[in-house]
Amino acid sequence: MSEQPSDNSSAQRNTKHVNLFTTCLVDQFAPQVGIAVISVLDTAGIEARLVEGQTCCGQPAFNSGFRDDARDVAWRFVELFEGTSGDIVCPSGSCVAMVRNYYPVLFRDDAEKSRRAARLAGRVYEFSEFLANMAGTADFSVEIPPTIATYHKCCHLLRELHVDQQPQLLLAYLRGLELVELERADVCCGFGGAFAVKMSDISAAMMAEKLSNIKRSGAEKVIAGDTGCIMHMQGGLRRDGSDIQVLHLAEVLAGRRSDCTGT
Amino acid sequence: MKSKTREFRRVAGQVLSDDRLQRAHEVVYDGFHQRRLAASGATLDWEQQRSRGKEIKDHTIANLDYYLGVLADNVESHGGQVFFAADVNEANAYVKDVAQRIDATTVIKSKSMVSEEMGLNDELETEGIEVVETDLGEYIIQLAKEAPYHIIAPAVHKTKNQVAELLADDDEDLTGEDAESLTRRARERLRSVFRRADMSITGVNFAVAESGSIVLVTNEGNGRMATTVPRVHIAVMGMEKVVPSVADLGTLLRILIRSATGQRISAYVTMVNGPRHEEEDDGPDEFHLVIVNNGRDKLLSDESLRESLNCIRCGACMNACPVYRKVGGHAYGWVYPGPIGAVVSPVLTGLNDGVDLPNASTLCGACHEACPVKINIPRMLLELRAKAVEGTDRGSTASIKERVLWKGWRWGMMGRRRYGALARIGRVLLLPFARRGWISSTPGPLSGWTASRDLPMPQKSGLSGLMTRMRR
Repeated sequence: MSEQPSDNSSAQRNTKHVNLFTTCLVDQFAPQVGIAVISVLDTAGIEARLVEGQTCCGQPAFNSGFRDDARDVAWRFVELFEGTSGDIVCPSGSCVAMVRNYYPVLFRDDAEKSRRAARLAGRVYEFSEFLANMAGTADFSVEIPPTIATYHKCCHLLRELHVDQQPQLLLAYLRGLELVELERADVCCGFGGAFAVKMSDISAAMMAEKLSNIKRSGAEKVIAGDTGCIMHMQGGLRRDGSDIQVLHLAEVLAGRRSDCTGT
Repeated sequence: MKSKTREFRRVAGQVLSDDRLQRAHEVVYDGFHQRRLAASGATLDWEQQRSRGKEIKDHTIANLDYYLGVLADNVESHGGQVFFAADVNEANAYVKDVAQRIDATTVIKSKSMVSEEMGLNDELETEGIEVVETDLGEYIIQLAKEAPYHIIAPAVHKTKNQVAELLADDDEDLTGEDAESLTRRARERLRSVFRRADMSITGVNFAVAESGSIVLVTNEGNGRMATTVPRVHIAVMGMEKVVPSVADLGTLLRILIRSATGQRISAYVTMVNGPRHEEEDDGPDEFHLVIVNNGRDKLLSDESLRESLNCIRCGACMNACPVYRKVGGHAYGWVYPGPIGAVVSPVLTGLNDGVDLPNASTLCGACHEACPVKINIPRMLLELRAKAVEGTDRGSTASIKERVLWKGWRWGMMGRRRYGALARIGRVLLLPFARRGWISSTPGPLSGWTASRDLPMPQKSGLSGLMTRMRR
């Protein structure tokens, strides 16, 4: 193996470490997701390094139209992660979409920053995307207590990054999981960042449709890939008095009975 | 049409609590959306067709003045008359001039969204001219004195009983009638109008530059009646509707119709090549083509928004949109509802009034995925949000409070210590409202969230803190 010429794609290269792009939401609201990511990567023989000093990728301000503020924070992100080597893994589809799809918009008037941001973006992978790339070389099988669960397709993961097969492939590793179908699994849960606060009545109506589909699925747990959506659906289920838990894919793969209902 | 984009939130709020409308919206998803998925799924080269459609539109819009010139020359060479209208006033004046010159008393219309922009029906009616919509859905909303709810299904929000009430004469009760009898009734009425109409006004789905033809896609046959029976035919088109060649038309018709209704081809595809020639039996004596700008040059000159002119008005984005399905078509306040309307309406009628439209989106991308010409609508919604904050000639839509908030956020995100400090402040502020790690009610900016959902309390130690604790 070691004599073969090195290949630039992470799927081929036998990566020994990755850098964690934690995201501010995971850091603030769901650090257990970060721990789960580290633990799953560890089973694949990969050391997940926490990149000290990271804050946010700039997405909230960018999505609200405050591009100057977003640009400064995004550039800080680029410079910080330029100081690392190897792949960068992030447990959030929308944060990866920000770096991959929207940094080119944010830096379009600056050729140098544009080039450097694009170069960095080439190293950034969403968690399930990264893991599925290694599926042939690593075994993520895990025994979990018998669980009936369903999978919600978070919008940015599905339609910005086109990551759809990868989470499904990883779910197949879970022994003890009975996956039931979620009707309209690809329809937005109504989160949308500031949208959920500024246009909360529309957001709540979208959420109500999602929650009723979740309840009808018969699942005890909902698995998803983006912390914002998870918080939103979990917050709505709690308000409805439902016991259904919403978990990040990493938490389920980590094989512990992780709990994102807070402390 | 007068823009009511400012009233987005108010109208949306009303629609959200209207159960009947909410049920009607489901038809849009279970019907049109599912039929589009089935039709595109059954088309083996669907993705290539979409790519080709996008290429054709990109190329045409990039060379718009050239193709409009070719179109105008060819229409004129067939004996048609072409008028370029800079705005709706010029377009209305032209149509009224023609109507008055030929002493028109009855004008029939076949579906045209541009004529909605013009408010043409009102304009003609104030001149004492009878105007009758002949597309069944358009006819229903004309009777109801409403604006279209959806670009291809204008009366999708009306129940059968509501339609029955609208079609009934003063002393009748048709509410027990089935859809077929109601349709027959509308058909009989419209048939007599077709016979006596002096003039017709139609929309244009595509105008083919190389042949000088205009193309209408209909399912009811009204388009064909309108383009052949009356003495004068005026076709009104937005200037983005031109396509270079008949071969391009083939591609675009294929993806338009599948995306709109899920049909492989509509019941009628009508091509009009100008007025009746001497040796022909049918057709109008005069044919006019009115090509309307009405602010489209603003979309054309802005590279970040130009792609919106690629729209072929199939309605797939609104059928796919989870926001449209909650707030309905009227909330968007102007001619074009849904995702593409949220891009086009604010630009054509004023971003300061219409700023809620691009913000009423989770950026979920369902519209982009559904669009037959791959228009990246979420990206343009983001561009408009940024333009609104940066400010137009009427100033910025961002409040001082918002600016301060984002400056504060920026300050906090530019250093890890500050970030930690900001997180601590947030936690302290939220702590009084927390019960066992969750918050179910807050005053101030987060009250929108807690109105319908609980909010988790931020964790005491972030990820690095948690890792340190676990190592111990």
